Amino acid sequence: MRVRFWGTRGSIPVALTWRDVRDRLARALVKANGHDLDTVEKACAFAGRHLGFELTHTFGGHTSCVEFEPGTAPDPDQYYVCDMGSGARAFGEHVVARQSGRPATINVFMSHLHWDHIMGFPFFGPAYLREARIRIHGCHEALEHAFRLQQDPPCFPVPFSQLAARIEFVRLTPGVTHDIAGVKVTPKLQLHSGDSFGFRFAAGGRSFVYTTDSEHKLDEPAAAESFVSFFRDADLVVFDAMYSLADAISVKADWGHSSNIIGVELCQLARAKRLALYHHEPANDDTAIERILQETRRLEELTRADRKLEVIAAYDGLEMEF
Amino acid sequence: MTLTPQPYADTLVLAPAGRLDQESSDEFRAGLQPHLDAALGAQRGIVLDLSGLEYVSSAGLRCFMLAARQAEAQGGRIVVASPRPVVAEIFQISRFNMLFSVYPTVREALAALSPEAAAAFDRR
Repeated sequence: MRVRFWGTRGSIPVALTWRDVRDRLARALVKANGHDLDTVEKACAFAGRHLGFELTHTFGGHTSCVEFEPGTAPDPDQYYVCDMGSGARAFGEHVVARQSGRPATINVFMSHLHWDHIMGFPFFGPAYLREARIRIHGCHEALEHAFRLQQDPPCFPVPFSQLAARIEFVRLTPGVTHDIAGVKVTPKLQLHSGDSFGFRFAAGGRSFVYTTDSEHKLDEPAAAESFVSFFRDADLVVFDAMYSLADAISVKADWGHSSNIIGVELCQLARAKRLALYHHEPANDDTAIERILQETRRLEELTRADRKLEVIAAYDGLEMEF
Repeated sequence: MTLTPQPYADTLVLAPAGRLDQESSDEFRAGLQPHLDAALGAQRGIVLDLSGLEYVSSAGLRCFMLAARQAEAQGGRIVVASPRPVVAEIFQISRFNMLFSVYPTVREALAALSPEAAAAFDRR
């Protein structure tokens, strides 16, 4: 199974500022001082070998959008993606480029219908192509309404009815495993304003859990147990780690999000293999997210029993294969 | 979980020991509550001496947060003292160090809450 992160930021897109770019460039130039870098190729090789993530990457960026390819030999004309945040624009470009005019079916799985999770759809290229079939899966009654509403005036100039793709809305039942284009898909109700749903995907002997916009109450052990079961032995858990634990259970209690600490605890109990911190707080810059990642890895080390949980912080453009 | 309550003038020191996690958090809360009610009702400050605490999970941290919330509602104050390195790291990672004042020693915690309590500690 391969997972590509097209949008990892929570709530609203975030871009680097010119000061961020200038400062990174300046720090890179200082580090390159004395090296023979008279071609772009040499400079790229130097950057790859000697400069850290904080100078060569950014967490980004776009709001929620995560693609996965099931199994080892996936159907090249089938796509699977969670949420249509602003990352869906780049994902759409990827689909269009790869298909080169061939028909494609894009299976979309919607965690919920808040704006940051649907805002990319009006800019999703395949929606404007006749050869595209888009199947939007979700558990919310207002699934279709939300997608149509944001295309209407005064929000957007192209009404839903003018989209050329064949677009279908498919209601899923939480707690039931559905077979969708060769993938076993199990939605789970989560605690979030207006409800959200996590998804467990299984195919080719691998499993991936997408669980964003999900608050975990510490005084509800039965709910925690149900998430441990949902995450059980997953190869990857993409987890809403927007807040610190202190914020999540005090000033931001009932805001519908979780923390890195809860992610580690649930994944360790579930014996999941990898935890991807996701839905990054917009107020956190790259330095802050990197610090959270290092702290989370340290927490995992402090609390590890007999098996290591690999912890990463998802960023726009990250690809994982397992 | 024993808390070993120890009063110093107008301040109470409580010293939980062992592991504070999902398994032990209910017992800890039940043991802590009468001390909280009594001390905060009498306008006394509380120092949580964490020198004997080996580990605290999110469930344990929640107990601390609820205690702090009660103290705030009753106009009292709870501070933390002498955490072991592992517990100090967990406070940092969870940002509980932003919710609680954390002091390296019980003496310093008492001095921050009450000069009388610090003096009583010195006389013990």
